[in-house]
Amino acid sequence: MDTDLSSQDRKDLDKFIKFFALKTVQVIVQARLGEKICTRSSSSPTGSDWFNLAIKDIPEVTHEAKKALAGQLPAVGRSMCVEISLKTSEGDSMELEIWCLEMNEKCDKEIKVSYTVYNRLSLLLKSLLAITRVTPAYRLSRKQGHEYVILYRIYFGEVQLSGLGEGFQTVRVGTVGTPLGTITLSCAYRINLAFMSTRQFERTPPIMGIIIDHFVDRPYPSSSPMHPCNYRTTGEDNGATYPSVEDSQEVCTTSFSTSPPSQLSSSRLSYQPAALGVGSADMGYPVIFAGGLNAAHPHQLIVPGKEGGIPPVLSQPAHGTQADHERMAMCTPLDGALYSAATPSSSEDTETVSNSSEGKSGSPHDLLETIFVRKVGAFVNKPINQVTMASLDIPFAMFAPKNVELEDNDPMVNPPDSPDVESPLQGSLHSEGSSGSSTGNTHDDFVMVDFKPAFSKDDILPMDLGTFYREFQNPPQLSSLSIDIGAQSMAEDLDSLPEKLAVHEKNVREFDAFVETLQ
Amino acid sequence: MNCRSEVLEVSVEGRQIEEAMLAVLHTVLLHRSTGKFHYKKEGTYSIGTVGTQDVDCDFIDFTYARVSSEELDRALRKAVGEFKDALRNSGSDGIGQISLEFYQKKKSRWPFSDECIPWEVWTIKVNVVNLVSEQERQICREKVGEKLCEKLINIVEVMNRHEYLPKMPTQSEVDNVFDTSLKDVQPYLYKISYQITDSLGSSVTTTMRRLIKDTLAL
Repeated sequence: MDTDLSSQDRKDLDKFIKFFALKTVQVIVQARLGEKICTRSSSSPTGSDWFNLAIKDIPEVTHEAKKALAGQLPAVGRSMCVEISLKTSEGDSMELEIWCLEMNEKCDKEIKVSYTVYNRLSLLLKSLLAITRVTPAYRLSRKQGHEYVILYRIYFGEVQLSGLGEGFQTVRVGTVGTPLGTITLSCAYRINLAFMSTRQFERTPPIMGIIIDHFVDRPYPSSSPMHPCNYRTTGEDNGATYPSVEDSQEVCTTSFSTSPPSQLSSSRLSYQPAALGVGSADMGYPVIFAGGLNAAHPHQLIVPGKEGGIPPVLSQPAHGTQADHERMAMCTPLDGALYSAATPSSSEDTETVSNSSEGKSGSPHDLLETIFVRKVGAFVNKPINQVTMASLDIPFAMFAPKNVELEDNDPMVNPPDSPDVESPLQGSLHSEGSSGSSTGNTHDDFVMVDFKPAFSKDDILPMDLGTFYREFQNPPQLSSLSIDIGAQSMAEDLDSLPEKLAVHEKNVREFDAFVETLQ
Repeated sequence: MNCRSEVLEVSVEGRQIEEAMLAVLHTVLLHRSTGKFHYKKEGTYSIGTVGTQDVDCDFIDFTYARVSSEELDRALRKAVGEFKDALRNSGSDGIGQISLEFYQKKKSRWPFSDECIPWEVWTIKVNVVNLVSEQERQICREKVGEKLCEKLINIVEVMNRHEYLPKMPTQSEVDNVFDTSLKDVQPYLYKISYQITDSLGSSVTTTMRRLIKDTLAL
């Protein structure tokens, strides 16, 4: 009961929990920045290092966390969650982890707030420091940059784990009992990354340019909510500095006593209810909508995670077809109840939902969907504009269907030497005349359609690749595979066996010497 | 009071021994170190701040956080280095274990020396494997990284059981509980020891003892 807890203890506990929540967010987000973290130990207490740990406060992150908490504290049924997701440069995204700070009803009345609870919260933060380096997302975040970035989102309320795909794993960081309930910190993380590992992102060729239709007529949206280097929330106080924790008058406990608590000297705690700003308690906007379930998408690892709630995929005929915005905009109703019905802001662009009945309101989306980078962050060497560069030099630009004017001059389309019937225009990546017969020897029954394979040009060789392919499409069967000949040779083999054995026995020494060289 | 004992086992390649041991020992010490105590009047004390830093391993796909204290790092590296040398000199079937023991000192009257009473012991059993091809080494890098992730999760789980910890000492007793020799952080009193088992399964120490006994028996 609250009456068992003195008002001072209650105030202290609330403050501890609040700052614990803020520090938890800092640790998690900083561990996903992509850099190694280093803070110094100090033998003299400074009064601003909560839980006796040197954890820097990045103002933007604190601001976001306070906004999500909106003056409340984690309580039963109201958990603070930090969602870590990955977003590729094509706009596909995937949730990687959800870190949850929860409170349950199991109280520990006997525990001393300003001493034991504080120290245990400190221990829990140390455990969090250790565990954040151990989940699969850590290695991914260390390699973020050109192909993908790691984003975070903080929300308060019910934990949403559906975006993690099937078979996600949970690791419990730790628990601390308090007189008001037991605080639990845990992480649920996607595991199908584990098969891909970071190697997938190291060795795959650059994303940009492979799927051509994503880039035709639609340069990488520079007006998207991803902000380079600086955290900005559009529509809000651009350029405003966020109050750092030190500016507030809340000082952390630094004095302890070896004597019983009644003799505890005044601990310089001055509790100020935080003046937190906007935000409802349920800002549960999913940050990113999934990209399409494109079977040929090079990042198939994104696909399985979304199987849970994905509406049926738009059928994908050939890759060469129009660059569809619809393809990118597959709405993932992670939790439909949380979507707002507001129209998407212009900054969403075509990268996100096309479904008009569902969308996100502009500014909260912008607030939440950011690349989290500090001033020295993932994009410091590579301004985001460079991400768009690749769209200018895609390998198959000449086959882009929209570039109609190129096709007249395209030797592929109008082959000078081709004896075959002129085909209709085929400027696409995958030729639709890929004809001929997939089955062997019945091509005579089909209308001859020109086969225009990629990569070959007529003016170099007298016989182009298409002709070669067609001519050698139906080779004769291997003689050894035909049954009659097989049977004959079997008989011959049996007859010749004794002779062969004799020969081999003569050469036994040679064989032995050879075998020895192998060992 | 019973001493809490935790045992972890890892199989590593020779060149991974040091990093794997340091990762585990540093993680344990991160949880078992506080800031420096500054005692004030009226029996109160304040605590300094512990910083952390990330360490990337060169031979393992793994990163761990350790306490930002060069002195502590040096002490651990020295102990692990000795362990590694002993392990590698023992023969090709290197099996050994390194123990990190946290203890309290109990002052005894003269002429008896102070007692060291352990309250928590972490033992890491190491099995050294020899790999031939580069591909095997690459796989080993990743596998050992994953194993270390599991070990760290185990360590954290034990730490958060909130079992026995020595009571916070008064100023006069602080050296019986904490190692106050470092200038920036204050770990609980600890010692590191190791034991190498040769390929015959018996430890080197027992072999030596037997030899001496046999010699004396003549």
